[in-house]
Amino acid sequence: MIALAQPTSSWYLVLAAVLFGIGAFGVMVRRNPLVMFMCIELMLNAVNLTFVTLSRANQDVGGEVSVFFVMVVAAAEVVVGLGIVVSIMRRRTEANADDLNVLKG
Amino acid sequence: MELVVFVLSAAMVLVGALGVITRSNPVHAALSLVLTLFGVAVMFVAQQADFLAAVQVIVYAGAIVVLFLFVIMLLGVDRAEDVTIEPISGQRPLALMVGLALIGIVTTAVLRSVDFLGQKGSGINHVTVDAPDSNVRELARSIFSDNVFAFELTSVLLLVAVVGTVLMARRTNGAAK
Repeated sequence: MIALAQPTSSWYLVLAAVLFGIGAFGVMVRRNPLVMFMCIELMLNAVNLTFVTLSRANQDVGGEVSVFFVMVVAAAEVVVGLGIVVSIMRRRTEANADDLNVLKG
Repeated sequence: MELVVFVLSAAMVLVGALGVITRSNPVHAALSLVLTLFGVAVMFVAQQADFLAAVQVIVYAGAIVVLFLFVIMLLGVDRAEDVTIEPISGQRPLALMVGLALIGIVTTAVLRSVDFLGQKGSGINHVTVDAPDSNVRELARSIFSDNVFAFELTSVLLLVAVVGTVLMARRTNGAAK
């Protein structure tokens, strides 16, 4: 009974792949820019999980350092993105990425 | 034991991720995102990345999701998006195909390299934890010695992001528009 399968690195990597796919699908399908940002966060987390898993598998802390920097860049990205969303929403009320076509000729 | 932890946290991650992409209300999507982030934090703990798990909870589930909720409620855009209509015809099947292809490609790559993963380390069973804070110490040594220049650059990045956001989101009420 104790000899159940133990999760190996591949399990985590496959789960990260599924999470990345779900995030990519969400970015392509959803139209609310805020929800699109959340889906980008899902993809970033999938990559972070991959980094940590391979860092564990290779006994190398470099992957965890990369995750640290990814988190910093993600925070900066969210701050800038939400600032853009705020300044766009001030002019229009509709929260829909398809309506942002003022550059269209 | 590891199996139980993995199954439970994987369920958290997947349910949260599906919630993010299916919930029509952005507030519900943000709360589903919290579930996913906690699941990923549990997986970090299960793989002895203790410091990153703490940062994940504090920065992601704390700061970033609160920022999302703040913007949602500041703008009053928490009206439910009608997820039943499809803006571009054929978009969803195509997106589903691309997403499944991504999952398939990466999963195939992982499963084909499984003997490589088996050689090195092979999961979380044979890890020897010599000291309780060895992970934090190792990470700090790497960040503050090998990667100290990148670390300083991230501070510049954060400063630029904050100043730029304040500049963009500032309400100009003077003649200089």
